[in-house]
Amino acid sequence: MIQASARSRCVTVTTTEEKPAVDVDDDVDLEFVEMIKKTGGPNIQNCYQCGTCSGSCPAGAFTNYLVRGIIRKALLGLKEEVISSPDLWFCTTCYACTDRCPQDVKPTDVIKAIRNVAVAEGYMLGPHQKVAAKVVEAAHAVPLDKESWQNLRVKVGLEPVPPNASGNPWAIDEIRKITKKSGFEKLIGYEEFMKAQKEKAKKKAEEKKSQKKE
Amino acid sequence: MAKKRPAFYHFLGCVIPHRYPSVEKATKLVFEDLGMDLLDMVGATCCPAPGVFGSFDRVTWASIAARNLTIAEQGGYPITTGCNGCFASLWDSNYELKHDEELRKAVNENLAEIGREFKGSIEVTHYVDALYNTAGLPKIRKRVTHPLKGVRMALHPGCHWMRPKLLKQKDESERPHIFRELCEVSGAEYVPYKDELICCGAGGAVRTADVKVSLEFTKQKFDSLADAGGADIIVTPCPFCLLQLDLGQVEIQKYFGEEYVFDVMHVTELLALAFGHSPEEFGLGTHLQYMQRKSQPNWERLGIKV
Ligand code: SF4
Ligand code: SF4
Repeated sequence: MIQASARSRCVTVTTTEEKPAVDVDDDVDLEFVEMIKKTGGPNIQNCYQCGTCSGSCPAGAFTNYLVRGIIRKALLGLKEEVISSPDLWFCTTCYACTDRCPQDVKPTDVIKAIRNVAVAEGYMLGPHQKVAAKVVEAAHAVPLDKESWQNLRVKVGLEPVPPNASGNPWAIDEIRKITKKSGFEKLIGYEEFMKAQKEKAKKKAEEKKSQKKE
Repeated sequence: MAKKRPAFYHFLGCVIPHRYPSVEKATKLVFEDLGMDLLDMVGATCCPAPGVFGSFDRVTWASIAARNLTIAEQGGYPITTGCNGCFASLWDSNYELKHDEELRKAVNENLAEIGREFKGSIEVTHYVDALYNTAGLPKIRKRVTHPLKGVRMALHPGCHWMRPKLLKQKDESERPHIFRELCEVSGAEYVPYKDELICCGAGGAVRTADVKVSLEFTKQKFDSLADAGGADIIVTPCPFCLLQLDLGQVEIQKYFGEEYVFDVMHVTELLALAFGHSPEEFGLGTHLQYMQRKSQPNWERLGIKV
């Protein structure tokens, strides 16, 4: 049965002592709203700050992520502040806010649009770069990258390799062509990332070898 | 004259074929039992994950999704997929490309590079649509030979099949009933709990960025279910939610030291059992929770003597 005991949850109260108030005169970029409208959040200016979105938001319950606050800051043109904050990446895109927003702001789409701007300006988290590179490399974010996964398929009575890109290298070539053309490879720093990965693997192998010798 | 069998292009995605193949197998059994054909989508790729790739670069996301759509367009059958995430990528991109000229132009420029073009000629469905609308509950009910009588079943419908509700027009997302009706056909007893409709925590690149934060969502769901008296199984229509709820139990134990033991199933696995297929026939025991804990489903509670 389930153990429902020991439910610890951390409650954080943020005061201006711990975290200075945002100076809205600083660093205002009024182009930011236009960028967001173009990249997928056309209704951002409808927001009248009612807070229904944050009240519906599970991410806000566990982290400092505040969707209403991000939208407000974006409308004020506080671009750097918004795109550089790692909080931006705590939205699970569950769309609870979008279904409830009385002003049809579509906060989820706004957050995704802001993330597009963040990535374009070089704010991409390491693990995200890795998963993006996986799709360019293997055409699957969760690839069939070990024999044990193939064995699992055989165990349930399926062919070891499914008919998707995992068994069709030409499909991976097609993805490479798309991601080259769209500028995605450059955007995520694909070549540099793969080079670094290879070097890391090489180093590891060498270390192992020298350990063996010792 | 015999009616033509419904046919769908089967979009597998990543998590079903690469981590939870039992869902792929169960789906094949269930669709065959219901007289619906599943056609291979040769060379299909990652959908690509809507909250992940859609967050990185919308045009690239839509281009890769559109490439998948063109595979089905060539054959002219609708797509069906058993993943809420894949459904979101394929359905949303199909919709957006039909309504956003600028996006369509940008995407088709990328697709021209590989000799493809998005035409917008097919529909995208979820297994839930195929089962509920195409097969229909009466037909499904007729196939149920082994009702899961007395099994207490909690549901996790997940987000992206029914939300955003105004766009998708699938169900009332605050009080959905379609997924529940479909699961109840199995004969299991529906157990409501307060946080049934909140997200599992995996989406939007959160699991990738910070697995512990994503598990906070999962834990809240489990605790809410415990408060409602617990359940024997949790059923979901999505393999990524399945992974989060199934493997997530092992991870919660590791990170938070709390032990939960739930059997979690995809809806096609639930139906396969209700249709009388043995769990070995589709490999229910290969769920990652069991592989890692070296455990087994609670056969007794499921009413299955093995
Ligand atoms: S619910 Fe809509 S209008 Fe209200 S604060 Fe959020 S985005 Fe703004
Ligand atoms: S979509 Fe994102 S911002 Fe909206 S409620 Fe869900 S987690 Fe919060």
